[in-house]
Amino acid sequence: MKQFLAFVKKEFFHIWRDKSTMFILLGMPVVQIVIFGFALTNEVKNAKIAVLDNSKDAATVSLITEFSASRYFDLETNLSDYKQVETAFKKGDIKMAIVFPQHFNEDLQHFNKAQVQLIADASDPNVANTLTSYASAIIIDYQNRITHSRKLPYTINTEMRMLYNPQLKGAFNFVPGVMAMVLLLVCTMMTAITIVKEKEMGTMEIMLVSPMRPQIVVLAKAVPYLLLSIINIITILLLSVYVLEVPVNGSILLLMAESILFILVSLSLGLLISAAVDSQQTAMFISLIALFLPTIMLSGFMFPIENMPLPLRTVSNIVPAKWYYIIVKSVMIKGLGLQAIWKETLILTGMLFFLLTMAIKKFKIRLA
Amino acid sequence: MRTIKFLLQKEFRQIFRDPAILRLILIMPVIQLMILPWAADYEVRHIKLAVLDQDHSEYSRQLINKITASGYFYLEANTLSYDQALQQIENDKADLVLQIPAHFEKDLVKENEAKLFMAINAINGAKASMGGVYLRTIIQEYNRGVRTEWIQLPRFSAETQIEIATSNWYNPLMNYKYFMVPGILVILLTMVGTNLTAINIVKEKEIGTIEQINVTPVKKYHFILGKLIPFWIMGFVVLTIGLLIARLFYGIVPIGSFITIYVFSAVYLLAVLGLGLLISTYSSTQQQAMLLSFFLMMIFILLGGLYTSIDSMPEWAKWITRFNPVSYFIEVMRMVVLKGSSLADIKYHLLKMVGFAVFFNAWAVFSYKKRS
Repeated sequence: MKQFLAFVKKEFFHIWRDKSTMFILLGMPVVQIVIFGFALTNEVKNAKIAVLDNSKDAATVSLITEFSASRYFDLETNLSDYKQVETAFKKGDIKMAIVFPQHFNEDLQHFNKAQVQLIADASDPNVANTLTSYASAIIIDYQNRITHSRKLPYTINTEMRMLYNPQLKGAFNFVPGVMAMVLLLVCTMMTAITIVKEKEMGTMEIMLVSPMRPQIVVLAKAVPYLLLSIINIITILLLSVYVLEVPVNGSILLLMAESILFILVSLSLGLLISAAVDSQQTAMFISLIALFLPTIMLSGFMFPIENMPLPLRTVSNIVPAKWYYIIVKSVMIKGLGLQAIWKETLILTGMLFFLLTMAIKKFKIRLA
Repeated sequence: MRTIKFLLQKEFRQIFRDPAILRLILIMPVIQLMILPWAADYEVRHIKLAVLDQDHSEYSRQLINKITASGYFYLEANTLSYDQALQQIENDKADLVLQIPAHFEKDLVKENEAKLFMAINAINGAKASMGGVYLRTIIQEYNRGVRTEWIQLPRFSAETQIEIATSNWYNPLMNYKYFMVPGILVILLTMVGTNLTAINIVKEKEIGTIEQINVTPVKKYHFILGKLIPFWIMGFVVLTIGLLIARLFYGIVPIGSFITIYVFSAVYLLAVLGLGLLISTYSSTQQQAMLLSFFLMMIFILLGGLYTSIDSMPEWAKWITRFNPVSYFIEVMRMVVLKGSSLADIKYHLLKMVGFAVFFNAWAVFSYKKRS
């Protein structure tokens, strides 16, 4: 036990002395939370638009005012000719153009009918869809206002309730995702690389000839990263509660216990990688391609899993982060207890045992 | 000149002897371009619906049929009580609960007004609001149908109507992959350029071979050019593979010219290679270099407008994106591939990229020292 502690201490010194790595490891969650929390939204707002007003009458002027007053649109330019629409799109200045034909107000007054054309830059289909529906809503509102809002018969009213996240904040979705991403990076990638580094430098050999049991040597490498990860989780939770105002609705103890389970899974994954490869570059390559990308893509926090084709949906089941993400969402945001997530917990535990056995089995005492 | 030739020979030999790097260069574009566009689909469909029908009338059945026929919603469960319906949301079996209260049909016909209740799982805010809008639109359409059933509206209605004609340019099929693939190509080039250069130089530091080069009469710029040129060429190989995959698997043929793409890429690669150099001068171990480039990459990519639009970002984040080479290239790639923008359309982007290239490389050369 004393020997083990001595080894743990040695590893701590290794990490402690490399200040820039430490800084990044501890700063990473902060930066991620800030970027995800404040910079990234799927919501579309302040989209630049151009107007081609061929009519220039009272109706079009008040409609254009409505558009520029809306928080979704920023009126960028007034065009004078249909050809300019294309030039504006090609320069990348605008996301949508609104074209009013001649005699807009006259048509509206005399025939009770007028046309307006919305041209969206659909190179991003989602933004195009959202913008045209926002624009239509503004136009329909205007139309309802000028018809003096007579009450129509046979009306269905809908009442909507947003559960868990009434302000529709993006943070509720990604805080659990950031937790999974940071933990995986710290535990798997860093652990794998430090062990492989000792192999590459030849210091591993020195330790293996010592009277310590080799498993202890390797486990001692994992302990500091376990502690670092716990610090990171606490940072993320504090930031999300006090800065992003995402509450922890469920039991914090359960959340920590589940996080430690996920940390252990990631650590054993790192150990397995380190046992299988010999160079730092390969270790990085595997962590990046085989772990990091699937975690971002297939855990469900960046991209909706239900939209993916069947093969990807099947593969997503072996990504540990997917299960952890479901657990964190249920405990932290929905405030559910263990009975709601026992299945996911069981799956993670199973993965832990499988990976650990594999790692121990693969670990070679003798160098080739 | 001769010195550079020999240095280049050395670098290429090293690259071709290391299977890990070759694999990285060949496999990364294939994996990223083959899988990522399929996964990165934000379109909101497949909304799981739980219905709580307390009316059991002809109208409520019609409404449910209309909703499920839309293709956006899947009827996951018919529940008997509100608690049961909420449970479906808790277990992630349903995203949305539609409650049709008792006497819905009667209220609608006799009282001229009826109510429906919806409860949506809003953890994913964007999905929740889109789902709500879809369902509301369907209900409104249904409402209109009911109305015309009961009242014969006069043909020339006194109701004013503004007709909205929508056209979607550049991507009329609204294929999300057309949007993602050019962006992913950029990420690919960036990762190859920055990571490989940084790690390659730091490896020489770690093993100690850089000392051997430092004691030779090889000049600073010789050494740096010798490192930059091979990875610059490597970048073009990756770009070409990427464009081929885009063509063969997604049918994406750039509307603009290839020359524009390659000219811009040439400058862009110089900039990211310079960034890689810079990282290498500030780290002494591969682990540090990797972590640092990973950290920068994460910020650049997340704030590069690949997934979320830059227009919606707050001012301070927009300000950062102005110093982010990735965001310029993503924009240019999409403009050239989808809209056919020419060199003249992107000249300001190109100018800024030249600035980045000069800045990063000058800084890197300046801070690289032959003496340790």
